[in-house]
Amino acid sequence: MQTHFTDEQMQDPGIQRANEILRSCVHCGFCTATCPTYQVLGDELDSPRGRIYQIKDMLENERVPDPKTVLHIDRCLSCLACMTTCPSGVHYMHLVDHAREYIEGKYKRPLTDRLLRWTLARILPYPTRFRLALLGAKIGRPFALLMPDARLKAMLEMAPKHIPPVSRNDDPQSFAPEVPRKKRVALMTGCAQKALNTDINDATIRLLTRLGCEVVVAEGAGCCGALTHHMGKTQESHGTAAKNIRAWCAEMDGDGLDAIVINTSGCGTTVKDYGFMFRNEALAEDAKRVSDIAMDVSEVLMTLDLPEGESKETVVAYHAACSLQHGQQIKTYPKDLLKRAGYSVVEPADSHLCCGSAGTYNLMQPEISKKLKDRKVRTLEAKNPDIIAAGNIGCMMQIGGATEVPIVHTVELLDWATGGPQPPALTAEGKRAPEIPILR
Amino acid sequence: MFKLVIFPYQYWKGNRDMEMPAPDQSIIARKARIVDRLRSVLPADAVIEDEVETRAYECDALTAYRCPPLAAVLPASTKEVSEVLKVCHAEGVPVVPRGAGTSLAGGALPTADSVILGVARMTEVLETDYDNRFIRVQSGRTNLSVSGAVEEEDFFYAPDPSSQLACAIAGNIAMNSGGAHCLKYGVTTNNLLGVTMVMMDGEIVEIGGAHLDAAGLDLLGLICGSEGQLGVVTEATLRILRKPEGARPVLMGFDSNEVAGQCVSDIIKAGILPVAIEFMDRPCIRATEAFAGAGYPDCEALLIVEVEGSDEEIEAQLSRINAIARTHNPVELRESGSAEESAKIWLGRKSAFGAMGQINDYMCLDGTIPVSQLPYVLRRIGEMSKEYGLDVGNVFHAGDGNMHPLILFDANKPGDLELCEAFGADILKLCVEVGGCLTGEHGVGIEKRDLMVDQYDPEDLEIQMAVKDVFDPDWLLNPAKVFPLASSQERRIAAE
Repeated sequence: MQTHFTDEQMQDPGIQRANEILRSCVHCGFCTATCPTYQVLGDELDSPRGRIYQIKDMLENERVPDPKTVLHIDRCLSCLACMTTCPSGVHYMHLVDHAREYIEGKYKRPLTDRLLRWTLARILPYPTRFRLALLGAKIGRPFALLMPDARLKAMLEMAPKHIPPVSRNDDPQSFAPEVPRKKRVALMTGCAQKALNTDINDATIRLLTRLGCEVVVAEGAGCCGALTHHMGKTQESHGTAAKNIRAWCAEMDGDGLDAIVINTSGCGTTVKDYGFMFRNEALAEDAKRVSDIAMDVSEVLMTLDLPEGESKETVVAYHAACSLQHGQQIKTYPKDLLKRAGYSVVEPADSHLCCGSAGTYNLMQPEISKKLKDRKVRTLEAKNPDIIAAGNIGCMMQIGGATEVPIVHTVELLDWATGGPQPPALTAEGKRAPEIPILR
Repeated sequence: MFKLVIFPYQYWKGNRDMEMPAPDQSIIARKARIVDRLRSVLPADAVIEDEVETRAYECDALTAYRCPPLAAVLPASTKEVSEVLKVCHAEGVPVVPRGAGTSLAGGALPTADSVILGVARMTEVLETDYDNRFIRVQSGRTNLSVSGAVEEEDFFYAPDPSSQLACAIAGNIAMNSGGAHCLKYGVTTNNLLGVTMVMMDGEIVEIGGAHLDAAGLDLLGLICGSEGQLGVVTEATLRILRKPEGARPVLMGFDSNEVAGQCVSDIIKAGILPVAIEFMDRPCIRATEAFAGAGYPDCEALLIVEVEGSDEEIEAQLSRINAIARTHNPVELRESGSAEESAKIWLGRKSAFGAMGQINDYMCLDGTIPVSQLPYVLRRIGEMSKEYGLDVGNVFHAGDGNMHPLILFDANKPGDLELCEAFGADILKLCVEVGGCLTGEHGVGIEKRDLMVDQYDPEDLEIQMAVKDVFDPDWLLNPAKVFPLASSQERRIAAE
């Protein structure tokens, strides 16, 4: 597509990248077909092609963002289904990230919006604060119906009934492999995930150590920065990302790392993009080193000779998280692993469509999110599964809140099949898993 | 009294002089009233009039020509479409129907005084009848999702334009779209049984029905391919077919375009009818291989020939086809070994246009020629490419002679688009010269409007315009398309 940036505008590396992306778009419209918001709203403005056009116009004319353009960009889930579909290789993610940063810098949102975003940005990435907020929400839950703002209501309704106690496994330490060491890996323990569900990291550590990994929880690592990054709050996102980069580089320079393992695919997409995010900063080289060895847990498991399990009757519906299937283009590994472990794996119709969770999207855009959630739950339940498996905590919360079918992380099932305990979500009383031996 | 005001497109923020009639300032002055009236018949979010928002509707997949419309509306039912058209008819506002906006001929290009009528919200399946093999859908439903709706019962809808993932049935009907598998199954008109259409004055009419042939004049044949000039199709009854028992594509690599063209001609001449014979030359092979990883051979020209039926039928057809191919010394001859491989082979072919976008901007042409002329036309295109100094990629439905040369240019380089357009016009004139026509399936739209005089005599055009007079006497539907402005000048002025 033709672009109209001036030489002066092209001095800005962000604009340079935007121009590169816009020039590769041929406006063919293929992306509209797999965009969840276009499916729901049927308006070019709420399609990737329409958003690309709006972003182009806003950037070229250095326009102060208007409420309507902001609305259409805000409605984007960043599910990146468009990138899987695009035959021209348009890097929509970098373009929309740039637009969000631009909007955050130049657009004054209404007060309620600002308060909400400010609050989310200051709570979600911090497990202790988030835990407290969840407790508060639990108390407030019965009053959800009284909430005047749909978004606040959505937040209260999202709060889980059960809030797990802090898992000491998430503290900085190193777990010894159970068999001679094959790899030394760092586990990203995340932020919101460990406040909402401690089973996932526990199962990941058990599974990886059983398969010969020394698993390190690095001192100083925390939130990946995705939540604030998607709000356009670059200072915050780069701040937390920089801490991770330093923490993991210290491990790499110390005893060495074969991989940084991420079991929340939303975070994985962002960590893999650190190299790009920091390309013009002092940390550029280190950021690239981190991105280069960042792997989804399923990618690591594919290299670890997962033992073949006996064929089980259990039918697992695999929900492909967008950040995994589109953001990281990992489509078959989790299914291959589940099958190898003996599960019978089914997939819902339209598996490419987002469940509507999308980070904080279900809190910020509850209406569209709910439509996508209902659609996803309907297609999953149509397959009559015993269990739903997913590789991302956001999807698990979103789908889990709307179905009676238990939902667990893929690694919990793999852990169970290879000698680990039954995933707590599958037991009546939700009992805790046994403790894992600590190395240091 | 016949004063034609030529309005340079550049003036409207486009970047070249495409002659368009001057927008009617009295309509633009009445925008607020028109929008109010549209709002009174549609939900609030179905009327788009803010200038920052209408811009996203200023073009379709042919981005060289652009003009934001007065407003865009997104009705959800035939009734709403009718209400919209009544308002526009009463106000004398031109209407540009739009499917999914994937036209490569600018079929949905607005004018500044027009309302875009988008059918993207009309995606419902209304009726499915497997015993009588038809499906009735709202016209905004995408081509591929029509097949998707009947897939579980092992049925499919045959026409398969490469943009089938995204393009709407509405646009398929407007352009009488074809696709790779049309060699065997025919194009849209051969698979369309009936339509519900709204006339410009809001009247709702039913044409055809759930049967193969309607009594009386073949009005449906007139509607299919009429490019939004006669009415707005809101619902369509489509023929669905049971899926074949099996299908297998074979890849044939050749060391020149002409040899590949000769091979196509020989296959057709032998009386064999594969479901598809697709052609790609080196630039397209490279670009699509990078996206689809289909294992295309590294060669100058590639044919994808697909046959279908039972295993025996497939073997029998392929042995004859392969024997013909061997007489042309293919550098590679490989049958697909699995369903996954076949899927990748087709994914690559169907993504070819978009994949070419990774190389440069392109203009995609759509001319049709007699199959026997393929070698000659391909050679001439190669020669012209050197004369114009612009690269060309060829990817097309070779079996039915429907060519899609993609001329590569740099949209940000001044003068390149004009050069590309001149080159494109020469290719299309060449198609007409050898006994073919200007368009196979993309339609005339805005892109080929001024070339219509190379294909038709003034009398021919006069008869076609007389048909439009009957359906749209005020000439409000899809203005300034299909007919050269000079040809339609009298009618447009009379209508004002």
